[in-house]
Amino acid sequence: MGMTTELTDYMGFQALLTAEEKLVRSTARKFVNEEVLPIIDRHAQTETFPAHLIPMMGDLGFYGPNLPEKYGCAGLSNVAYGLLMYELERGDSALRSFASVQGALVMYPIYTYGSDAQKEHWLPRMAAGKAIGCFGLTEPDFGSNPGGMRTQAVREAGGKWRINGSKMWITNGSIADVAVVWAKTADGIRGFLVEKGAPGFTAPQMKGKWSLRASVTSELIFEDVRVDEETGMLPNARGLKGPLSCLTQARYGIAWGALGAADACYQTALEYALNRIQFDKPIASYQLQQRKLAEMVTEITKGQLLALHLGRLKDQGTCTFDQVSMAKMNNVNIALEVARSARTMLGANGIMGEYPIMRHANNLESVYTYEGTHDMHTLIIGEKVTGISAFR
Amino acid sequence: MKILVAIKPVPNPDEKVKIRPDGSGIVLDNIKMVINPFCEIAVEEALRIKEKQGGEVVILTVGPKEGEQQVRTALAMGADRAIQVEAEKGLDSLAVAKFLAKVVEQEKPDLVILGKQAVDDDNNQVGQILAALLSWPQATFASKIEFLDGNKKAHVGRETDGGIETIEVPLPCVVTTDLRLNEPRYASLPGIMKAKKKELKVIPSASLGVDAAPKVKVLSLASPKERAGGRKVADVAELVAKLKNEAKVL
Ligand SMILES: Cc1cc2nc3c(=O)[nH]c(=O)nc-3n(C[C@H](O)[C@H](O)[C@H](O)COP(=O)(O)OP(=O)(O)OC[C@H]3O[C@@H](n4cnc5c(N)ncnc54)[C@H](O)[C@@H]3O)c2cc1C
Repeated sequence: MGMTTELTDYMGFQALLTAEEKLVRSTARKFVNEEVLPIIDRHAQTETFPAHLIPMMGDLGFYGPNLPEKYGCAGLSNVAYGLLMYELERGDSALRSFASVQGALVMYPIYTYGSDAQKEHWLPRMAAGKAIGCFGLTEPDFGSNPGGMRTQAVREAGGKWRINGSKMWITNGSIADVAVVWAKTADGIRGFLVEKGAPGFTAPQMKGKWSLRASVTSELIFEDVRVDEETGMLPNARGLKGPLSCLTQARYGIAWGALGAADACYQTALEYALNRIQFDKPIASYQLQQRKLAEMVTEITKGQLLALHLGRLKDQGTCTFDQVSMAKMNNVNIALEVARSARTMLGANGIMGEYPIMRHANNLESVYTYEGTHDMHTLIIGEKVTGISAFR
Repeated sequence: MKILVAIKPVPNPDEKVKIRPDGSGIVLDNIKMVINPFCEIAVEEALRIKEKQGGEVVILTVGPKEGEQQVRTALAMGADRAIQVEAEKGLDSLAVAKFLAKVVEQEKPDLVILGKQAVDDDNNQVGQILAALLSWPQATFASKIEFLDGNKKAHVGRETDGGIETIEVPLPCVVTTDLRLNEPRYASLPGIMKAKKKELKVIPSASLGVDAAPKVKVLSLASPKERAGGRKVADVAELVAKLKNEAKVL
């Protein structure tokens, strides 16, 4: 299996990057080439997460790198962060998911809504990969409509909260040291920090996925779990805005990440097509295959420019959630199409683990659904342009 | 200990390079440049020495402005500051060594460490010429370095065809690194951000008064012959037969 080592850059978008952004990408690319690509198929095949990479990624500063240095983070631009996601997902969506959850869905809410003590307690450890987090919003009966959640937290005497309910499809759930859990209270939706081992809290792993097989997905079950208000509740998050703001962060990363998966598929298909001879010529010399390649590289290029522009807006502080929706919706969708199209170009080899395509294609089915389904993002854009919500 | 590490940017060795149609060099457009892998080992070794016993690690490179990216990478790995002698492309080993020698005279390090060769030209000369120009001892192809007597001397294990040769050199000296000396670290993201604030001094090559006129001229470049496809054999017996009768190596 040959491997081209540079990212696809048809329009020269790298010339728009700063020196640090380029360096961040090189570090991430090298890490993925050396540490991830050689082992990831085996992990996907055996449905195991490559846990030995957790501390390595911590040492490299891959968790919450756009948060400030004060908490042991790198203080990167959002574009550099996006490039990191691109490279990680070029390895596997599971790895990018791990980093997204840790950074955007756990460190970000602790940083944004937590008390100083909570930040000082969790952020440096999480940045180093010494503590792992998960984010519990989705429930068995509430996916696209999280506002309907049933998980409940009730305030008790003595500054304690009692949590009951269950969450489903939670990435990192079974391996997490701390879960950010969103629950209904008398006061609306609030965020809680529930630590591993808290009495009444269990997180059984959901096995048997055909997608994101190298990622841990779990249920979170709360039976009269008690947490201290001071350490266990995020003081500054109120209402559904709290979790939704986290999702905006994570979706931004996904808009970049999906392109990495697409790039891996495109490059694999390109190289394969140049070398695979049928009817005495490389299949790359036939118009039908060239059309597939041309469409793939065009969509990847458009996606890169969209993600880059969104990143610059985010760095200026002006990007809006519906803009993030557009990038998540478009880039994941084209990535899935690129993966499927690349799959056809490899013929029978396209289904084998020796090539990354089927793994990426299957992973992207989850990416298409989580963090707001493709449909929901379509409806968010529809609402933005018409002023009419079609999903309520 | 004050350590000067000389590094050279080279085309990423993992990428396929093409020779220019006129044979005068390789096509560098769209090829990503990286720190020469042996130089990266030199940076790593310098950082490890500093982490053990303190001191300063100064990165030095000679070449065009674009090399700044690789210098920043070395700073991001943890070096303290850097010097770039800004010079045109395509200097020969002697010219590079002369520039390095000038900076060594200014900086007065205890140790100069660099790759045994750059993977683009495979010349394997700069370290040796530098030591000669400085009249310093040299220990080439290092696979192990140990300092003794309060850094007055070093024991350097050298990789030779027959095994490891250990030699003793007094400091200051020039060491060139071999592949097995260490495994270089990645530049971490916080390291990359810190590198932004580190000093990078640019010295125009003209200011150093060096005769850099090339003494070596590359006449032509040619690609290695395309490899013919392999063949599958059914069993060991067939393999042995083929090695005997066709390849005639047994
Ligand atoms: C591998 C994996 C990891 C995940 N990790 C996490 C995690 O870490 N934390 C977390 O909280 N969640 C996580 N999720 C859950 C994910 O966010 C949800 O699956 C997603 O929000 C969709 O919810 P659902 O599966 O219940 O689908 P549903 O909401 O039931 O949707 C089913 C279908 O109906 C469509 N639909 C729903 N409502 C409308 C409407 N109003 N109009 C039109 N169409 C509609 C959807 O687009 C979809 O096609 C994960 C999911 C997966 C697969």
